[in-house]
Amino acid sequence: MDDVTASASTTAPIAGRLYYRHSLPVRVMHWINVIALTIIFMSGLMIFNAHPALYWGKSSYTGRPPILEIGARDGGATGAIGYTKIFGHEFNTTGVLGLSREPSGRPAARAFPSWLTIPDMQWLSMARSWHFFFAWIFVVNGLCYVAYSLWSRHLARDIAPTRGELAKIGQSIKDHLLFRHETGEAATRYNVLQKITYLVVIFVLLPLAILMGLAMSPRIDTVFAGWVDWVGGRQSARTIHFIAAWLIVAFVLIHVFEVVITGLWNNLRSMITGRYRIPPEAPHE
Amino acid sequence: MNERTRSSRRRFLARALGAAGALFLAGCERLSESQWFPKVLAAGERLSEAAQTFVTGRKAMAQEFSEADLSPSFRSNGTAEPDSEAYAALAAKGFADYKLEVGGLAASPRSFSLAELRALESRTQITRHDCVEGWSAIGKWKGAKLSAVLDAVKVKPEACYVVFYCADPMADDGTDLYYESIDMDDAWHPQTILAYELNGEALPIKNGAPVRLRVERQLGYKHAKYVMKIELVDSFAHIAGGNGGYWEDQGYQWYAGI
Repeated sequence: MDDVTASASTTAPIAGRLYYRHSLPVRVMHWINVIALTIIFMSGLMIFNAHPALYWGKSSYTGRPPILEIGARDGGATGAIGYTKIFGHEFNTTGVLGLSREPSGRPAARAFPSWLTIPDMQWLSMARSWHFFFAWIFVVNGLCYVAYSLWSRHLARDIAPTRGELAKIGQSIKDHLLFRHETGEAATRYNVLQKITYLVVIFVLLPLAILMGLAMSPRIDTVFAGWVDWVGGRQSARTIHFIAAWLIVAFVLIHVFEVVITGLWNNLRSMITGRYRIPPEAPHE
Repeated sequence: MNERTRSSRRRFLARALGAAGALFLAGCERLSESQWFPKVLAAGERLSEAAQTFVTGRKAMAQEFSEADLSPSFRSNGTAEPDSEAYAALAAKGFADYKLEVGGLAASPRSFSLAELRALESRTQITRHDCVEGWSAIGKWKGAKLSAVLDAVKVKPEACYVVFYCADPMADDGTDLYYESIDMDDAWHPQTILAYELNGEALPIKNGAPVRLRVERQLGYKHAKYVMKIELVDSFAHIAGGNGGYWEDQGYQWYAGI
């Protein structure tokens, strides 16, 4: 099993030793999550492309302009340009947002470029099919993960930060900014920032994205008349859904960055075979 | 490790990642174009329908809004004016000759003039119209309750769906008339109306004059505009593409609750 603390306390891990870090269920669920979230995100961008504007309020047409708008228009002498308008400020984003090349090489007016969307062509019904199918896989997988983590005490033992760890959060932030990472015995545990991040992503960010997605469903809105107004209305929910999706992407980018700089192959092996090689102790300064 | 091997390793990694990404995207494209994979994905739709019906209950009411929430102008989407001579002739006379035919699995099929529809039990509701594209607009609708129409024609127990046939051709050559279908839960639902008024005025042509369907717990494309004929059926497999609606025949989900 992935008994991190037990292996750490009973037989003090020696630097260079392989130890069993991730249990099989966690590994399987991690990779299902990678696939599902990738597809949900990319098909979500395709769905966004069908109406590339975000609003705040109960409807899109409240008399107020959209808060974000991506589009293409005639740029005069330069020909067609792609633009992104945020709170009334317009940016030229030709080539990436608003106007970009499709796989055929033809420039096309589309909010997000084809290499970021599933399917790559404008095809809303197919994107919805992908999005909702993998949303179900993601939700079932996520529920299994939470149930397993509670049952196996993975959550209590490996992810919940201790009071002592929380007290040293300032040091952890400093270490991260200086790219200093745990070595030796300390490397067998998640660090406190990592723990807090995982908790926020698992219990706040991902559920928020799901809930705001459901808030866009006219049928789910009927569960309790008016609940969608708690977040400002249906179009606000759509905006929050969009922001939550990008926050998840930001988490993934930082996660992958940390994986790379703390030893790509070691980390990858631990998420595939479960075994992690403990980095040697840093020389004392 | 020296700087050169490190940078070449980095280049290799970037290339491997790029290649994996391209392979993944190409795979997704092939799956989208295949015959079998969209059928697998359709399981998500059936699961959503079952789960949403279970969670909300069959009779749940859609949210209603106040006058203050009304969109300044109710956006037109899809057909703005049906490209059909028969429709143009009806519109020229202010729909005085309009007849809504209601038949199929009904014991006493009949037709309704606009005046007869207006005489049926009506409902006025301020609701949000959610387009599948992602936008929404709030409008005030008044119309005959579909349940009143169904009562008048005496629905046979075999009826499972209500099909709405519309006046607007979707193909340039004037064929492919828009149509939609809903199940009996939605058909008998008190908020399901045949709307003839929008924001206190006769329904404009751009929004579906003289009569459009409002089926408030589903997305916009279910709300058929320019409704000319209603048919009660036990199955829609024999109608047009067999998927229960114009957009459904183009691959959109029949259950449009999400």
